[in-house]
Amino acid sequence: MKAPDFAYARPADLGAALALLAEHGTEAQPLAGGQSLMPMMNFRLAAPEILIDLSDVAELRGLERTRDTVRIGAMTRYRDLEDWPDLGGTLPLVAMALPHIAHDAIRNRGTIGGSIALCDPAAELPAVMRVLAAEIEVAGAEGSRRVAADDFFTGFYETACGEEELIVAIHVPVAEADRVYGFHELAQRHGDYAMAGVALSALSPNPIRSLRAAFFGIAATPVRLPDLEAALEGLTACEAQAAVTAALEGLDLLADTKASADMRRHLSGVVLKRALEAM
Amino acid sequence: MDKTREITLTVNGESVTARVPVRMNLVDFLRNELELTGSHVGCEHGVCGACTLLMDGRTTRACLTLAVQADGAEVVTVEGLAASGRSAALARAFTERNALQCGFCTPGMLASAVTWVEGGGSAERDAIRAHISGNYCRCTGYQSIVDAIADVAGSKAEDAA
Ligand SMILES: Cc1cc2nc3c(=O)[nH]c(=O)nc-3n(C[C@H](O)[C@H](O)[C@H](O)COP(=O)(O)OP(=O)(O)OC[C@H]3O[C@@H](n4cnc5c(N)ncnc54)[C@H](O)[C@@H]3O)c2cc1C
Ligand code: FES
Ligand code: FES
Repeated sequence: MKAPDFAYARPADLGAALALLAEHGTEAQPLAGGQSLMPMMNFRLAAPEILIDLSDVAELRGLERTRDTVRIGAMTRYRDLEDWPDLGGTLPLVAMALPHIAHDAIRNRGTIGGSIALCDPAAELPAVMRVLAAEIEVAGAEGSRRVAADDFFTGFYETACGEEELIVAIHVPVAEADRVYGFHELAQRHGDYAMAGVALSALSPNPIRSLRAAFFGIAATPVRLPDLEAALEGLTACEAQAAVTAALEGLDLLADTKASADMRRHLSGVVLKRALEAM
Repeated sequence: MDKTREITLTVNGESVTARVPVRMNLVDFLRNELELTGSHVGCEHGVCGACTLLMDGRTTRACLTLAVQADGAEVVTVEGLAASGRSAALARAFTERNALQCGFCTPGMLASAVTWVEGGGSAERDAIRAHISGNYCRCTGYQSIVDAIADVAGSKAEDAA
């Protein structure tokens, strides 16, 4: 299908974009790469009256490393990150996740800010940002503020970014020299949304020391369970698999035509074990 | 607020200026306004890859891109790839390997294959499969498409050696 009728604006800077959002409220929706919003509009699941194209807003661009953080402008495309020569050295977990996100042509257009703003339950980057303790910078009429990734993803396609705010940038701490990073996901085909996946970092993977793990594709938002992380201390990858399957019992997990909640619980243990063993 | 907008872009090397409805997507603009019907329309939600073309050198879903977003861009469709000879080796290999039956997926497949080969992609089958994972083919079963891309990637690597 085609998208329903809408009007279109391409503001030249952040101030103008925020003013349009303030003026039009819920009738307006920001357009970044369009790789999720356009399908939703073509399906008529979304019908904004006004699209605010962010592509000319310079404040949302750029990819800069300072001493211990990388600032990823919201309009940075997946491809820009993949092509960044410093990616593997500074953000190895992001480098591991990127090839699993959609397909070549989608990564050429889709943006980091769009992925974080959408908060799709199966999206890789929200989970990655929780593991890395990134901060999301949002701007509104009152100025800008930073929200910890752990507090940002608040519900099913819901985030702490207000309707009249925009995500400006993601600030991601550079990899710590003593930590190792791991990633694994299971999807029906390469590039499909994951049925279950995990992003993690640890001082040592097997036996586990000081683990941070976020599961995606299994619940409304990325799942991080600090109690579970503590309980996994000292366990082997095999023992961790069983512990995860048990810990997810009773949690409200997704169920759809691809996988039941029980299957997702099982696959969560599998992806954790495989990620640990590959680290 | 605008419901139509004037855009200027380069399509297959030629500059084009047009006033378009803002809700018109790029593939409809190319097919219906410019009569470049090589880019196909399948799903219109980014899944099948039939509409894949090159925008500023990168493969792009023309069904998920508004024509107004292509303002200032350089667009190359399968017609442009053929006319410039950029896809000639791939087109030959596709024919030799029977890498198309109905041909519906072929324009998008070629766009993806061109960026793989031009980017120095390897002849390794798994890597080629990952690269074309966003292009569906309902006829061939993919083996022959991977064969064709591997042939061209392999002979390019040999030439370079
Ligand atoms: C076939 C297919 C497969 C895919 N597979 C995956 C996958 O495996 N994993 C995955 O993570 N994603 C996948 N995606 C989605 C893709 O990654 C999207 O690009 C991404 O989720 C959204 O980024 P975007 O820039 O395209 O945002 P858009 O589609 O433009 O916008 C998405 C939402 O975010 C809002 N928004 C955008 N930017 C901002 C901002 N700066 N501030 C506030 N709000 C903003 C928009 O208003 C909209 O509501 C897939 C998409 C397709 C079509
Ligand atoms: S028509 Fe664009 S991806 Fe299917
Ligand atoms: S040849 Fe028919 S869809 Fe590929």
